Amino acid sequence: MRALNRKLRRDLWRLRAQVIAIALVMASGVGLMCMSLTSIEALSDTAEAYYDRYRFAQVFARVERAPEHLAERIRLIPGVESVSTRVVKNAVLDVRGFGEPVIGQLVSLPADAATALNRVALTRGRMPAASNECVLAEPFAEAHGLMPGAKLRAIMNSHWQELTVVGLGLSPEYVYTIGPGALMPDDRRYGVIWLGEKAMQAAWDLDGAFNDVSLTLLHGASPDSVITRLDQMLARYGGVGAIARKDQISNWFLMNEIEQLKSLASILPTIFLAVAAFLTNMVLARLIAVERSEIGLLKAFGYPDREIAWHYLKLVLGIGAVGITLGCALGWWLGLTNTRLYAEFYRFPFLLYAPGPAPFVIASLASLAAALLGALGTVRRAAALPPAEAMRPPAPPLFRRTGLARWRLFRAMDQPSRILLRQIGRWPARSFATSLGIGMAVAVLVSSMMWMDAINHIADVYFLQAQGQDITVGFAEPRSRQVERELARIDGVVTTEPLRVVPARLRFGAREKRQALQGVPAHQELQRVFDAAGHALDMPPGGLVISTMLAELLAVKVGDVIDAQVLEGRRPLLRIPVVATFETYIGSPAYIDIAALNRLMQEQDSITAVQLRLDASRRLAVFRELKELPRISFITLKDAAVHTFHDTLARTLLIYVSFFVVFACTLAFGVTYNSARIALSERGRELATLRVLGFTRAEISYILLGEVGLLTFVALPLGCLMGYVIANIMVTSFTTELFRIPLAIQASTYAVAMLIGLGATLVSALLVRRRVDRLDLIAVLKTRE
Amino acid sequence: MNTPSPAARPTAIRTRGLTKVYHSGEVEVQALRGVDLELATGELVVLLGPSGSGKSTLLNILGGLDSGSSGSVFFRDQALTALDDRALTRYRRQHVGFVFQFYNLIPSLTAAENVALVTEIATDPMRPEAALELVGLGSRLHHFPAQLSGGEQQRVAIARAIAKRPDILLCDEPTGALDSATGVLVLEAIERIHAELGTTTVLITHNAVIAEMADRVLVMGDGHIQQERRPQRRLSAGELSW
Repeated sequence: MRALNRKLRRDLWRLRAQVIAIALVMASGVGLMCMSLTSIEALSDTAEAYYDRYRFAQVFARVERAPEHLAERIRLIPGVESVSTRVVKNAVLDVRGFGEPVIGQLVSLPADAATALNRVALTRGRMPAASNECVLAEPFAEAHGLMPGAKLRAIMNSHWQELTVVGLGLSPEYVYTIGPGALMPDDRRYGVIWLGEKAMQAAWDLDGAFNDVSLTLLHGASPDSVITRLDQMLARYGGVGAIARKDQISNWFLMNEIEQLKSLASILPTIFLAVAAFLTNMVLARLIAVERSEIGLLKAFGYPDREIAWHYLKLVLGIGAVGITLGCALGWWLGLTNTRLYAEFYRFPFLLYAPGPAPFVIASLASLAAALLGALGTVRRAAALPPAEAMRPPAPPLFRRTGLARWRLFRAMDQPSRILLRQIGRWPARSFATSLGIGMAVAVLVSSMMWMDAINHIADVYFLQAQGQDITVGFAEPRSRQVERELARIDGVVTTEPLRVVPARLRFGAREKRQALQGVPAHQELQRVFDAAGHALDMPPGGLVISTMLAELLAVKVGDVIDAQVLEGRRPLLRIPVVATFETYIGSPAYIDIAALNRLMQEQDSITAVQLRLDASRRLAVFRELKELPRISFITLKDAAVHTFHDTLARTLLIYVSFFVVFACTLAFGVTYNSARIALSERGRELATLRVLGFTRAEISYILLGEVGLLTFVALPLGCLMGYVIANIMVTSFTTELFRIPLAIQASTYAVAMLIGLGATLVSALLVRRRVDRLDLIAVLKTRE
Repeated sequence: MNTPSPAARPTAIRTRGLTKVYHSGEVEVQALRGVDLELATGELVVLLGPSGSGKSTLLNILGGLDSGSSGSVFFRDQALTALDDRALTRYRRQHVGFVFQFYNLIPSLTAAENVALVTEIATDPMRPEAALELVGLGSRLHHFPAQLSGGEQQRVAIARAIAKRPDILLCDEPTGALDSATGVLVLEAIERIHAELGTTTVLITHNAVIAEMADRVLVMGDGHIQQERRPQRRLSAGELSW
């Protein structure tokens, strides 16, 4: 082994604590990046394979009732490859041992399974053979502990029917199963059930007919043109507008998740890699300063600049190798954990977690590039040192009197405090970079913990403030207000409130958005229309009150008149002015006074759902009665929704946040440990002198660690500020049509982030303090530096 | 120069059978091999000897920076050998002033502040300005080390060492890094302080000329005090040159 390589190996070993501190920061960045990239790859690959193998459709449409022979005509639409028709209905279920109402989406299985789209992946049991047999979606079955052989009851078209479970399955259509009106999957209260086609047609009087059609398209065909033709064709059969795969709810959530992972893969690892670059620079600069004379000597012996630069670059590569190895291993594990976590919510019959080399190579190269970038300037300076100059000790740092000395406060300070302040003043850029590094740790904490605040805020506004009802009962088709009065008469129902939802396609100029109109009472008592500022809105009589998201999508402002193409019944085209806009976090709703909506629809007191407030002591009795009511298409329970919301997010977000707390601690530790270690090696002589002069260990630790402490003190508010900015960027990049994440960071989040940052700093300070205690007083005094 | 005979003055520091063994890897270095020494209060002693003779080791032990391997060291009636790290720090803080070959000033503090560093933690110090006056630097109070010449820096170091009115002033090669003229200036400062404050002073040097200003000269070799002499006539620092 060449002598220089031996020196390199020993340097790495001598600096091991600092090398590890940098490598850990690097590993955090690499790990995070690998986690996101491998998860993206796994989810995308799995989804792609699943969609392909189980023939997930590309266009979906719902109708009221269409004759079977229409399928042939649909097949002739240019661009269509295959057509699959079926019957899909929602029904109230009765699951033994579960008091609350459960809604099932009943889906027919075509007789010819081979050509069918959206095929079921059977995970257990067999396909239904008899009309009373069914296959349950696996998550729903698991939530209730139902196995093949179990029985449950469903109200199919006003009749209770007992069903026998013969199999469990999954479908590409229900990777993410979310019930009507729900924000999160709730497998106990909503599930998918597959039955034979004949049984479904018979039960819903749809013999020789279908109410749902799925298409696949020829390669290169545009979904938009197919959808336009299909909508024209289905309009007279009660079509409510076809959607492309990208708008299919399960796929939308899945793709959205992948998009969010992509933004996660870019923002946070960048912070870690930037800090790692800074640390590498700091350590290397110090090492080269110490080794000036060695560099001079090597040059005197005839080593070329290139060789010297390469020697120090190899040191950076060495640190990088440790960081990258740790990071890739961490990333592989995190990616697997993360993907498995996703698999709890996104249900696949198989999971392809076999990350290729790409994520690791990308993360490693990014990390290495950052470290080399951080080292470049220092290495170049080392290589450029003229040998004679290099062999002389560096000139002592020149301090000058500054404005600082004129401050009364400064003049009142003791000398150790002055040393501390002048050190910072002498190297302001380096000091600021240290603060910035520690601040980054706080920022990472703030920007990851803010999710909890945001979620709590959404839950507070969406559920607690806006929703005064206990349950919502929805119907498959419009009903008369009489139904509301019947519900109000149930013993245990305290108050009721009507809701009329009209599916529509809203149009303004060239822009179009499918968005239901929600008719609510002018002054709501139960489900109130709340804006993001927390104000309840009364419905003005003259027009639409729309969310700012919808206003943005349609590019409308108050006073504009929107065309609303109703997608049910006589399908009128309504022209309604926008009278107000409001801010909301979820969806892009459009509200209107229910009386005005009924007038526009030329209906008398028609409703599609009823909000109920219940007497808590009579809840179960009310549920029992509700289960007996025909034609209910969904029931949502607010308590259950709140619970699911928190439970789901606690499982996912808490795991994320704890990852990030660990990463942020690594960051804070890496920065402070390296800063203090470098300060110690640079100023060991000074500190030893002070010890000789009679200063105690605590007193000299004050000078050394006081500096880091002061920089931390600056770093904490700086970190909070950066955290706010990063949170803002993340919130913006995570904004979708469905969700807006509010930037509602609580004071306690800042406080906790600062405390954790401070804690990590303290730990590294204590480690360095131990070295201060071991200072060799005599050795440092014997020689000139 | 009239100083009372050393025998009439109480003992400031005393060592008996002091040894020091260093272990450097597998090598054992016997730095002191049984040193018996008594320094009278107010005495100016010059310690001569070649490199490796044990001068600095002895000085470090007298100053409470290091401890012997065997034997005893007393400051007045207090056995230094019995003191722990904390008590040794207190001893240095209250009683000892150090001057080093390479000054060891704090680069981020001005001359006055370097002195104040010590006066702030001492019990009965002089004002930093007064200490700097004593070494002839009354006009350089607000200069940083990088703005001072070597001799000036060493005189700041002396002012820093004596501002606390130490009982013992230990100087390790204080002129080692200086030219002759500047070295004399520094020695004059040490001499003046010795005379005005009556500080017991130990001065290590390679330079035999400097021995002429001592009350007593000890020559060390191979870990022993090999020779002890009292100059016939003590020269003042101003009379020295090399």
